[in-house]
Amino acid sequence: MTFLIAQTEEPSLWSPEWLPLLPKRLVENLLEHFNAPEWLISLGGTGAGAATVLAVFMTGFALLSLIERKTLARVQNRIGPNRAGWFGILQPVADGIKMLTKEDIVPAKAEKLLHLLAPILIVVPAILALGVLPYGKEWIPVPMELGLLFFFAVGSLTELAVFMAGWASGSKFPMLGAMRAISQMVSYELPLVLSAIAVIMVSGTLSLPDIVSQQGGFHLGFLPAWNILTPWGLVGGLVFFIASIAEANRCPFDLPEGESEIVAGHMTEYSGFKYALFFMGEYLGLFAISGLGVTLFLGGWQAPLPGLDFVPSWIWFFGKLAVIIFFFLWIRATWPRLRMDQLMRFGWLGLIPLSLLTIPAAGIWSLLQRSQHGLLAWLVTVPLLLVPFVIMTVLFNKRLARSNRTYRFAES
Amino acid sequence: MKSDTQSDPRPAPAKSGKWVLPGLGLLQGLAVTGRNLIESFYKKERMTTIQYPEQRAPISPNYRNIPFLCYDDNPEAGLRCTACKICEKSCPPQCIYIVMDRDEHGKVRNRPKVFDIDSSVCMGCGLCAEVCPFDSIYMDGEFELATDDRFDSLQLHLDDLSKSAEYHLQLRPKQATEVLERRKADAEKKAAKAAAKAKADAEKKAKAEAEKKAAAEAESEPEAATEKNENEAPEAKKAEAPQQELKAEQPKEEGGGE
Repeated sequence: MTFLIAQTEEPSLWSPEWLPLLPKRLVENLLEHFNAPEWLISLGGTGAGAATVLAVFMTGFALLSLIERKTLARVQNRIGPNRAGWFGILQPVADGIKMLTKEDIVPAKAEKLLHLLAPILIVVPAILALGVLPYGKEWIPVPMELGLLFFFAVGSLTELAVFMAGWASGSKFPMLGAMRAISQMVSYELPLVLSAIAVIMVSGTLSLPDIVSQQGGFHLGFLPAWNILTPWGLVGGLVFFIASIAEANRCPFDLPEGESEIVAGHMTEYSGFKYALFFMGEYLGLFAISGLGVTLFLGGWQAPLPGLDFVPSWIWFFGKLAVIIFFFLWIRATWPRLRMDQLMRFGWLGLIPLSLLTIPAAGIWSLLQRSQHGLLAWLVTVPLLLVPFVIMTVLFNKRLARSNRTYRFAES
Repeated sequence: MKSDTQSDPRPAPAKSGKWVLPGLGLLQGLAVTGRNLIESFYKKERMTTIQYPEQRAPISPNYRNIPFLCYDDNPEAGLRCTACKICEKSCPPQCIYIVMDRDEHGKVRNRPKVFDIDSSVCMGCGLCAEVCPFDSIYMDGEFELATDDRFDSLQLHLDDLSKSAEYHLQLRPKQATEVLERRKADAEKKAAKAAAKAKADAEKKAKAEAEKKAAAEAESEPEAATEKNENEAPEAKKAEAPQQELKAEQPKEEGGGE
């Protein structure tokens, strides 16, 4: 198949749209030149493509670890790392060297094999999940029919790795952190998947490239036809965004590694390169889940305005990804951590009902859109989705209305 | 909505009858941090970081860390320290070690031969500076005392400790000016006294000489009496001088402290 593509493709090797595929095509052309068997060409091409994705996101990970520190510093009116290289650009390198040269400590009571496997297992699903995302019109590392299903199936492996780490460390803080992580991730995977189901219902496919291409085009000539700009998409997108923060274990849902409470959660007993692997897995998972959010709700690689198609599509994807990740950073710099019961209540009583509501809304929407009742679709779905918001507002204001404090044990 | 907030110290979330949107506080928080982020790029007064090794904050005149020895003009001859060892005795952690300098006959030369302060032991209490009667020891503003070995380099010797009066003036202008003025006045007083004494001595000498002449003229008395007179005078002066200094300076020191 790759052989066929190499023969029929017309764009030059260096066209910007195909630039991310350059390593893959170079390897394929090279192998072809030496009359390698077809399976070898296919293998080499896939390997080069995977290496490209990995290289891009490893660089992204290194950069993000620096940008995150810089952004947090700026929010707190500090300067942030600026000693290693120009504007601290070499800080990730320094961190990497430090991590690699540190002693690798395995606790005496640890389950040695599981303790070793956990950090590896946390990186693997993140990388696998990154493989199915469509980064550009042409840049789809693994064009899979069931990409979305694969993403969620692989993504839930993270929980296993986290619990492995917590259990195998043979210590109380990792155990507590892992228990928190499991309960949180399982609870928040529900709204994550439920809000994705709305997208699946409307687009009628599990293939991520197809979901993106269905979001192409513009309403009224300038409004992109992204899912986020529909009533169910807005609610679903918000739910997805919040749930993905929890899935990525980031502030304000960073209870599993709440450093002020349980040291570092499941990572407590890890040091050196294994700790770095946990870090890497977390950031790659963050990239993957925000990449999926961009794909499902923000139109993937589609340009935000008509007439901007001359920019390579993968630049749009990464631009949107950067915006989403900036929001992650901004939120981390702002909001305090939730308590466990607040987290659970918010997930089960807030997000899951809301995401359940997006499913009928999406159903009505696709039904009415298909039968050319566009306006009616808006009129039905918007009130439907406003119902929980109204209920929430009433409840919220009732709770805010305070009575005098009564003290049971102290004199008032 | 109830709005009875009389005994509740919390700020009211909203006025009565006004509805609050859930999540509004979260967005307000985001606005605050967003403003912080953006303004940090163009508002100078927001970024107060001092890039330490390159930039330094001015240290307060009240800052004191480790003692130093003050000298006038010349670190050898102008050293104010007379090795009286009062600071050594008053030092609570006993980090000062002084050996008096003696000449080849074993006579005290009123200056230290060894003056060591163990910077790892010194706790910066400033008692040595408090008790010094010779305006010699003061607290320094030096804070970069780290060394790369923990034995010899932490022991500060006379060369490391002696610093000029100008340095003191720069470090603590008020205190140093007071001290310098007092010392100047004392020196003038001393000079006047010495001059008076010299005058008296000269008169005495003249008198003695006159007596000697008279005696020589008489050719009957021995010369021992006049010699005794001559030798006695400077010794008495020497013994008197430190005592006077002590008396004169101690009350002033109390008043001139930080």
